[in-house]
Amino acid sequence: MTAVPVTPQMPQMPQSAVNLAAVNPAAAATATAESPDRRLLSAATGDLPGHLARFGELPRRGRPGDLVTELERAGLTGRGGAAFPAWRKVSAVGQGRRAVVIGNAAEGEPASAKDATLLAHAPHLVLDGLQLAADAVGAREVHLSVKSRAAADAAVRALAERRAANRDRHQVRVHRTPGGFLSGEASAVVAAVEGRPAVPGFTREHLSSSGVRGRPTLVQNVETLAHVALIARYGADWFRRAGTAEQPGTFLATISGAVRRPGVVEAGYGVPLGALLDRAGGPSAPLQAVLIGGYHGAWLPAEAVPEAPVSREGLAPWGASPGAGVVIALPTTACGLDLTARIVNYLAGQSAGQCAPCRNGLPLIADRLGMLAAGTGDPGVVGAVDRLTDLVEGRGVCHHPDGTVRLIRSALRTFADDVTAHLAGFCLATR
Amino acid sequence: MPTDRLSIDWTACAGRGHCIELLPELLTEDPWGYPLPRNGGAGRGVAVPAGLAGPARRAAASCPRLALHLQRS
Repeated sequence: MTAVPVTPQMPQMPQSAVNLAAVNPAAAATATAESPDRRLLSAATGDLPGHLARFGELPRRGRPGDLVTELERAGLTGRGGAAFPAWRKVSAVGQGRRAVVIGNAAEGEPASAKDATLLAHAPHLVLDGLQLAADAVGAREVHLSVKSRAAADAAVRALAERRAANRDRHQVRVHRTPGGFLSGEASAVVAAVEGRPAVPGFTREHLSSSGVRGRPTLVQNVETLAHVALIARYGADWFRRAGTAEQPGTFLATISGAVRRPGVVEAGYGVPLGALLDRAGGPSAPLQAVLIGGYHGAWLPAEAVPEAPVSREGLAPWGASPGAGVVIALPTTACGLDLTARIVNYLAGQSAGQCAPCRNGLPLIADRLGMLAAGTGDPGVVGAVDRLTDLVEGRGVCHHPDGTVRLIRSALRTFADDVTAHLAGFCLATR
Repeated sequence: MPTDRLSIDWTACAGRGHCIELLPELLTEDPWGYPLPRNGGAGRGVAVPAGLAGPARRAAASCPRLALHLQRS
């Protein structure tokens, strides 16, 4: 198992809060006993010889439908956050209408670094998956959309190696994405490929029937594509040796906050959250809560952290889900309401401003939460937040308002005692 | 029996309010003057009861921003 140090970009944190940007540069490759063999981060080098030495050749390609069948048996779910079954997405695009495939590493979530890390460490797994997906839908056009410059450079180098070895049937165009929070949303990725601003759009039809310039389009997260490359080699049964029956396989997590070695790690779904934090060196301070699923995610209280299984089913009791694998550990010395208010303030600023409820509502919510966090809110401030969150939920062309609402509700639930304290003018964490 | 759903293209909606006037049974006004479904559930569109199919069609057709779409689901 490899822990890759990263520096998540976070909105500005208060002095008292957890130093989320702190990384330990000494946190290098750390092998662990339960390291699943030949998974995403297991190659020694990212170049083509290293890739082939580790993972072997792709098997000869069968009929296009074979991959869909194998993905269905494997139970592979999308790793971009929504966990949609990969086989459904591929088969919805179908064959024969000059389809477009886009590998998505736009990774708009500031606390996520797993797509960039994967592309830097194992670009050929992603590119194998992209070729396989392109074969499966009979694509005429293949794109790779990448936020991180280093990751885009790694992809371009890997593509040159593959061209020299004459390995690829489909030519791949690499795009740099602007990196706003919403730039990784599928319709925003499509817009950017078309040369329009990378913001979500209103889609009357699914992208699978009308995406890039009206053509059937498959937008698949790059980690999902890397899993496709492994499933094509080793099969569905192998894939299911990790993870749970409901959510098989491994996933990449970006762990930051109060842990000793912040970075990207790989683990099977269902791993207890405490064990996942241990992969990042374990907590560096007593924990108050853990945010899981990123800025559109949910908080888990400290008492739930050690045993909570990190999978959709396992986290459902807390209204949480693994999302794209973002995990942020909050120490007892930091205020959860304050951090949530800062995140919501950032999210309000990231609204594309296209949809009135989001454009009008999120800044007001951020303002009220800021008052609550600062201890300057009157007793009505929580009711105001509740009314405003009800008002914006479900009223946008993308899920930005909905995800923001989920974060806020989980914070008010998880830090309920601190809400009471803040209304009385003090803070349980920083007093 | 298939249900018609009204979906709002929020990127186009400018809160002109025609739909709120034509479909008061389904839509009300939010604090900023934009349509707010009375029964919630705006995410997948607003379900249109059979009796309101006519007004729903007129509301969709009369939106000056072409932001209202009637879809059969």
